[in-house]
Amino acid sequence: MVIAFTNAANVATVLVRDRLIESVGGPVPEGARIVDCAGKHLAPGLIDAGVFVADAAACLAGGITRVVLMPDRTPPLDDPALISWAQRIGKPHVWVHPLAAATRGLEGTELAEIGLCREAGAVGCATGRSGIADAGVMHRLLQYAHGFGMVVVTHAEDEGLAGDAVATEGEFATRMGLPAAPAFAEALRVARDLRLAEATGGALHIRQVTTAESIDLVRDAKARGLPVTCGVTPAHFLLNEQSVSGYRSFARLSPPLRHDDDRRAVIAGLADGTIDVIASGHDPRTQEDKRLPFADAAPGMTGAETLLALALTLTNEGVILDTVLAAMTSAPARIFGLPGGTVAPGAAADLIVFDAQAPWRIDADASVASAGNTPFDGLAVQGRVTMTVKGGDIVWSA
Amino acid sequence: MTVSASHPDFAAAGVHPFPHRHLLGVADLAPWQALYLLDEAERWIGQPAARDTLAGLTVINAFFENSTRTLLSFEIAGKRLGADVVNMTVGTSSVKKGETLLDTALTLNAMHPDAIVIRHQAAGAVELIAAKVDCPVLNAGDGRHEHPTQALLDALTIRRRKGRIEGLTVAICGDILHSRVARSNFVLLSNLGAQVRAVAPPTLLGTDLERMGAEVFTSMDEGLDGADVVMMLRLQRERMTGAYIPSPREYFRFHGLTAARLAKARPDVLVMHPGPMNRGVEIATEVADDIARSAITEQVEMGVAVRMACLDVLTRSRRGVAGW
Repeated sequence: MVIAFTNAANVATVLVRDRLIESVGGPVPEGARIVDCAGKHLAPGLIDAGVFVADAAACLAGGITRVVLMPDRTPPLDDPALISWAQRIGKPHVWVHPLAAATRGLEGTELAEIGLCREAGAVGCATGRSGIADAGVMHRLLQYAHGFGMVVVTHAEDEGLAGDAVATEGEFATRMGLPAAPAFAEALRVARDLRLAEATGGALHIRQVTTAESIDLVRDAKARGLPVTCGVTPAHFLLNEQSVSGYRSFARLSPPLRHDDDRRAVIAGLADGTIDVIASGHDPRTQEDKRLPFADAAPGMTGAETLLALALTLTNEGVILDTVLAAMTSAPARIFGLPGGTVAPGAAADLIVFDAQAPWRIDADASVASAGNTPFDGLAVQGRVTMTVKGGDIVWSA
Repeated sequence: MTVSASHPDFAAAGVHPFPHRHLLGVADLAPWQALYLLDEAERWIGQPAARDTLAGLTVINAFFENSTRTLLSFEIAGKRLGADVVNMTVGTSSVKKGETLLDTALTLNAMHPDAIVIRHQAAGAVELIAAKVDCPVLNAGDGRHEHPTQALLDALTIRRRKGRIEGLTVAICGDILHSRVARSNFVLLSNLGAQVRAVAPPTLLGTDLERMGAEVFTSMDEGLDGADVVMMLRLQRERMTGAYIPSPREYFRFHGLTAARLAKARPDVLVMHPGPMNRGVEIATEVADDIARSAITEQVEMGVAVRMACLDVLTRSRRGVAGW
């Protein structure tokens, strides 16, 4: 099928043929299906770098055409057979790019077969929901992964300081009586991992940086030319610790929500490019996991459907649209070596059309995700995907 | 802030004296509402049982965490008012069989109790249950969060012994980090006009206590200096052996309440402890048994009166008491 994405004035026609983008700015051939994008944006299909479940329905509705899947499954993705299986779970519409478990069983002690996993299709390896406590193991992991040119995706929280904490230390957590860890538990781990990355030359991607201090550390490391990248989810630039009030377990996240100063630092980090990636962290949880006292509830939130709209709120905070979109397209494509993430001749025809102004209200009950555990239920947002194209096929439209 | 020790005339002011459905925490109470409960409690002190008050009403004590004295206190309070009191404790409940907290809540609710008293090890658990049941819920302690009846009984004890709360210096000493008693007391006593101090080794203090109205000390001698009331907290045995402090004897040496240390406080100092005490760990026997200064057994007595008042006030609308 040949599709021409164009606007009324035909100023920037994008022509798609045979699963690839054929031309940008060229003429529209006879017989092409014309998609009028007037008043809307045409963008690369979103790449969601760090989900726990490949939730195809939610992804397509959210304009996500590729996901980078975390290895935290049952069993963990620490075996090449599991990687090749995981790669197929979203096809044809959503392509799943799995991350191999960095250590066997994600236990943080023995290196997993990440080389074989890479051959099976893993786009990197990850320490999972938690980090690796032992600096020796982490050092060897970075060395070993570097040998295969694999990026190591980490979770930054010092286990000793974090303990059983479910909140960030401070007045609010004290009043709530919640077990809390100091925010510097994150910076401490970021500092260690940056030093290890520097020592080994291995590429490090910190999946979530959520405090001013750790963002500063990453900023400095980048200035020194270290191969480090990092990401964040919308929760940490839209919510602060106060969202935990009433013990709402949908706001139980890992890392926990931070002070407002940190939230603003995340926005600044996105604006200046210190933070490369915005990911949904999509992690559907059942009622059984969430309808519990706050500290007993499982961490995590859904987010695939709401990723674009929540990310677009940054354009009201002084982050330019190109930067916001890059954090969900070209940046993850670059870090994980994925096709797509760009609108250029020869690139995969993964595209979305979205209306950046369209207002809507996030409604957990109306969600097509496999669970509705979003802390953003009821929030009024702007920006809605109207069409999702995967490999030249229109796979979803509003 | 200073608050009059007697509550205003609510009826004349057109104000409901206690417009709360549940008692989840002292943080929800305006100062005059807390004082109203204290006045109501005062009515029950030394009085014979009034079994017609809650006659025919069912009170469930649902204790998901072990407790002896609080459970007993609530049970006696309910029985003195004539309620049918039933206790559900972890050992005997289906919680052990894997039932979720909310299912337990719905089960209890379906038995149509007139009040449920809940203790749970997780902060916020009582609030979670309160949202799912049709009757008043009393928080008997949730995690490190709140223990409102304890703070109220402490306030009542202080008020009876000292004649006032406002302007007093109250030193709360010990494992503040893990203590719901300390949190509820910081909020309530500072709302009622006391100067509250937090005295603990740095590892047991917690953060931002100043923001809860407390003045923070890590030295016992400094923290006790000039105090009108010293409230000791229990130190859990599992926290004494290296996790938060090196040993019980080192703790006693620096943070135990001895007669010599108590001499830093005012001569008429009142010594309190929510119990159960670890004699020789946080408090010396000579201090605990000092009849002139220790209010520890009186606290237990006030506990029953406060819980009677809370059960009475919270069930008034169900009982059709005029004006409620």
